[in-house]
Amino acid sequence: MNKINLLKVSVRALANNKMRAFLTMLGVIIGVASVITMLAIGEGSKISIEQQISEMGSNMIMIKPGEDSRGGVMRDAASMQTLKIEDYTYLRENAKLLSNVSPMLSTSGQYVYGANNYPSSMTGVSPDYLPIRQLNLSEGSMFTETDIRTSAKVCVIGKTIKDKLFPNGENPVGKIIRFKKIPFRVIGVLKEKGYNTMGMDQDEIVIAPYSTIMKRVMAVTHLSQIYTSAVDEEQTEQAMAEITSLLRFTHELEGDDKDDFSIRSQQELSTMISSTSNMMTILLACVASISLLVGGIGIMNIMYVSVTERTKEIGLRMSIGAREKDILNQFLIEAILISVTGGVIGVIFGLSFSFLVYTFAQWPVFVESWTIVLSFTVCSFIGVFFGWYPAQKAARLNPIDAIRYE
Amino acid sequence: MKNKVIELCDIKRNFQVGDEIVRALRGVSFTINEGEFVTIMGTSGSGKSTLLNILGCLDIPTDGEYYLDSVLVKDMNKDQRAGLRNTKIGFVFQNYNLLAKTTAIENVELPLIYTSMSSRERKSRAIGALTAVGLADRLYHKSNQMSGGQMQRVAIARALVNNPAVILADEATGNLDTRTSFDILVLLQKLNAEGRTIIFVTHNIEMSKYSGRNIVLTDGVVESDTYNDNVCSAAEKLATIPSLN
Repeated sequence: MNKINLLKVSVRALANNKMRAFLTMLGVIIGVASVITMLAIGEGSKISIEQQISEMGSNMIMIKPGEDSRGGVMRDAASMQTLKIEDYTYLRENAKLLSNVSPMLSTSGQYVYGANNYPSSMTGVSPDYLPIRQLNLSEGSMFTETDIRTSAKVCVIGKTIKDKLFPNGENPVGKIIRFKKIPFRVIGVLKEKGYNTMGMDQDEIVIAPYSTIMKRVMAVTHLSQIYTSAVDEEQTEQAMAEITSLLRFTHELEGDDKDDFSIRSQQELSTMISSTSNMMTILLACVASISLLVGGIGIMNIMYVSVTERTKEIGLRMSIGAREKDILNQFLIEAILISVTGGVIGVIFGLSFSFLVYTFAQWPVFVESWTIVLSFTVCSFIGVFFGWYPAQKAARLNPIDAIRYE
Repeated sequence: MKNKVIELCDIKRNFQVGDEIVRALRGVSFTINEGEFVTIMGTSGSGKSTLLNILGCLDIPTDGEYYLDSVLVKDMNKDQRAGLRNTKIGFVFQNYNLLAKTTAIENVELPLIYTSMSSRERKSRAIGALTAVGLADRLYHKSNQMSGGQMQRVAIARALVNNPAVILADEATGNLDTRTSFDILVLLQKLNAEGRTIIFVTHNIEMSKYSGRNIVLTDGVVESDTYNDNVCSAAEKLATIPSLN
């Protein structure tokens, strides 16, 4: 029997039982649609998390003083004073894989402007801090290397600080605010960034030249951190290795001396978070796959009923010359037709659901083309897998018994 | 000398039922030539169904040799026997065995879809076969829209469509009333007159009057094999049966 005849015969048999074929298909439709929707939601949330992380600076590397023991007493990393301004300048001059370097130290205190005051902290950085953290200005300008050299009392403020100190919507640029009784002139306002993945307000920020903070505010000579960024995300690992060797050299560490600093990259954080969201996606997909599996079992069930119900037809076909192979193919193709048609409809439904979720629930969704290919492949496989056994049963029938089956 | 369509040599068929061996056929031999109309009769349990299965290549004998149109069936595998059924045999069953919700043409085409024939040729041959059985005006009627007699005609057309060497009718009139039975018998006699070889398996003794040869089976052996020189005309008999309407 040629393939077109085979297809016609199978379509014909399904058409004779439209309602049943549709209900069987429904299992596959729901299964495929839910797999696609769930994967779209999972993928969407993963992408939005990744985007947020990269907004925080995807190739960012943070250097902190390491914990150390002095005289057998372990000391907290924050209290260490091993990170110096010389480390910063050394890295800036010698590191080849770092595009930006900025020292960082911060202190908290009360801000005052007119009748308004607000408790927050001030962070001392270099102009490189903006590209490292992917911050942008909405008004005014950033301080310059000259401001750093002169330890100028200027600052750039975030949206939250602006709203707290200038609630009436005045333009803060050029205004003098006080921090720990020291007057600072606001020269710029940062663009709003919102909350990050960990729920921290990224707009509650005031940055000033690090030299000003070191000399005029805190009166310290050490840095609490150095922020830098690798030239690109792929080279983060190498950049971290470079920093380690440079710092070990300036800190005169030899052989198996322990590092007196620690380096962490944003990439580690992003890997951690995306692995969590990956797990969630897998979980969602597993739940959805179960419905696809149930749909497949539905096909098997119906094909079984169909074989029993059409025993006589099978017997007749055999007696007029159908070979086992012909019967097997006929039933197999019926099963595949159900599952593939269900798969196509399921893909359409899945895309529509994803779109609805995106439009009405405003969840981030993203349909990756491989999810469509995957669910489609799984579908055809399910058709073959669950159709095979009943089809085999049909083909193995003894024509003598089948033709006289009542 | 006419061609031997069917040649049975000492056919035996045993079935294993539990520990017992049931000998359904104990050595059946006969030859049927082209153009014969043979009735095979026998009571229930005489082995006629088993014989029919073997004649129809649905079953193979335990022992003995069967030549269908000079082809030895014994050595063939399942697929080859399916091919043989497709080209050499036309089955007509007691309960018609038409596909439900399917038109007369599609039912008749059924044996041809297992060949490589084009759909156009299939259709023209199906129409030809349906015309031959007097159903030219029922081509697109579905099986559930037809009477028993019409359905059996469709089944006969289906048996004819592949131009088989032999038509095997299994109690082909068993489900029909007397008048319709004769109707079918008239058709079979007509087809026989046109040169078709027909084997009609039945337990109805009266049928032997209308066939040229009658083989009686008892307990798995041929009890009698008689030629009927005085074949009654089914058409004449039909004329004497009063129509119900």
